[in-house]
Amino acid sequence: MAKNLFEKIWGAHEVDRDLIYIDLHLVHEVTSPQAFDGLRLADRAVRRPDKSLATADHNVPTDGTPAARLIADELSRKQVEALERNCEEFGIPLYSLGSDRRGIVHVIGPELGVTQPGMTIVCGDSHTSTHGAFGALAFGIGTSEVEHVLATQCLVQRKPKTMRINYSDELGFGVTAKDLILATIGRLGVGGMQGHAVEYAGAAIRALSMENRMTICNMTIEGGGRAGMIAPDEKTFDYIRGRPGAPPDFEAALERWRALPTEDGAAFDTEIEVDAAAISPMVTWGTTPGMVVQVTDQVPDPTAMDSPADREAAERALAYMDLRPGTPMTEIPLDRIFIGSCTNSRISDLREAASIVDGRRISASLRGMVVPGSQQVKADAEEEGLDDVFRSAGFEWRESGCSACLGMNPDILQPGERCASTSNRNFEGRQGAGGRTHLVSPKMAAAAAVEGRFVDIREWS
Amino acid sequence: MEPIEIIEGHVALLDRHDVDTDQIMPKQFLKRTEKTGYGQFLFYDWFRSGEIELEPHPILVAGRNFGSGSSREHAVWGLKDYGFDAVIAPSFSDIFYSNCTKNGLLPVILDEEHCREVAAAGEARIDLDDQTVNTKDGVFPFEIDEDIKHRLRNGLDDVAMTLERGERIDDYEAAGKADSGPVTTSL
Repeated sequence: MAKNLFEKIWGAHEVDRDLIYIDLHLVHEVTSPQAFDGLRLADRAVRRPDKSLATADHNVPTDGTPAARLIADELSRKQVEALERNCEEFGIPLYSLGSDRRGIVHVIGPELGVTQPGMTIVCGDSHTSTHGAFGALAFGIGTSEVEHVLATQCLVQRKPKTMRINYSDELGFGVTAKDLILATIGRLGVGGMQGHAVEYAGAAIRALSMENRMTICNMTIEGGGRAGMIAPDEKTFDYIRGRPGAPPDFEAALERWRALPTEDGAAFDTEIEVDAAAISPMVTWGTTPGMVVQVTDQVPDPTAMDSPADREAAERALAYMDLRPGTPMTEIPLDRIFIGSCTNSRISDLREAASIVDGRRISASLRGMVVPGSQQVKADAEEEGLDDVFRSAGFEWRESGCSACLGMNPDILQPGERCASTSNRNFEGRQGAGGRTHLVSPKMAAAAAVEGRFVDIREWS
Repeated sequence: MEPIEIIEGHVALLDRHDVDTDQIMPKQFLKRTEKTGYGQFLFYDWFRSGEIELEPHPILVAGRNFGSGSSREHAVWGLKDYGFDAVIAPSFSDIFYSNCTKNGLLPVILDEEHCREVAAAGEARIDLDDQTVNTKDGVFPFEIDEDIKHRLRNGLDDVAMTLERGERIDDYEAAGKADSGPVTTSL
């Protein structure tokens, strides 16, 4: 029987009933300390340190603090230092503050070439779905499961259902992968992919670069999906070739990887068709990623919504966001711009944003911040002179980290501040208590920075 | 983890859909390296602004897609530490559901109408063996994976159980099936 990508990877990793083997375990400072404590309490070792990799990203300041012991915030310092001690004690390779290889965990995996097709990849972070862009089965886990994987290199797991979303045609001018996934979540809802491993397929996906594919898989969790995946192809292989973690026998790996894509006639529990050409630049207006409209639309009117639950949720969201129904999205004034996060902080994201602001100044009414996804991305961008473009435009150019995506470090919004952000979550308080987040693509964020409000990137120049 | 047999008592209601874990346990409390003491931080912003009130009853009834977003297990530690032993909702986010089962917080899926009936009854008795939620007004059966039920019912430690299957893991690795990936220690 014809098999899909997910079924092939799942089948190859079944160790025992409901027990799957994990090829790569990524670790960061926030969700691991209690797991290491658990190992110590039970006198257990890490089974495969050679299949584990750690970095510090959530808590780290982006101001150039060179070592963990110099982090000003006491709790953040203790957490990063705990990670350093734990990795030392259990033999796990770590890229902490001061390392050229440090960065957001979902940026450095692909960058180092350790994210590969056909693998099972987990991390105590919901955006682990990012790695599915390489044709891997990758998903987020909780701290108890982190401990379980450290101790056993396996995970107790029920097989999820499968979904395929087929994107026909191609994205229009100015429309990006970020818009594609926001539009998809807007249509399916934030619980629409629940319980499913989702394969993104079709001509519009094939046409995207690896970095754009990562943006799409990254936000699968915002649609409630267990994992997001894209079949590997020549772009995937070219991306991995030559990276430090690439397989020594690359030809043999290619042979395995080429057998992974979903076969003709393979079945999925759910199939969805989307016309990629009909997608517009998107902007969120509310407090879930599903509360999203086209940039040409207006803030929706809750009274026009069919279900009482949707109406109430929309009213609460508008009150939090301080928005009035009927306001054109392009008339919403902004205080902050954040370009970064595991969704949109790779070199191509920075290039896109830089191309928009090159030779321009950002609005005097706002503060803009660009945070590369990793130290490598930062170095690459500086090599190309992108840092000068951003600085000349009035942006702050920072060291890498999760930064203002989640406000666990000094990069936070002040209460009431409104931010156009290339990150993944517009939840209440996500970027700082009382902060208001609008999710957009890097191009849209850059143009919004210049104008001080949202613009339709297709018509703006 | 304490074995779960019966959970009974008053019911607290959080009548909202898509409640994300950023609300249940805001980020500033994720810097702690302990596993205990999170109850005081539960719904930190919503409680302090007076937006919601929840009594620490044994049972919480919530809206669909409860626990969406971040994988932070701190959300479950907070709910449990605050006093909840079970959460009843029409649906849960996948990671949150799994986190509940690792910490003895019983996740119960009932359709929305039945959730409302349980909340309206004000008191309920959840019987894990029978897989039922019982109120003065009715009996509502629920589904739960047999394996998860067994672990919750007996308060079993997942890691210890998997280590008992260590030979299978050895066999898998010995067959060379685990050798295709990168070796992170030699990067």
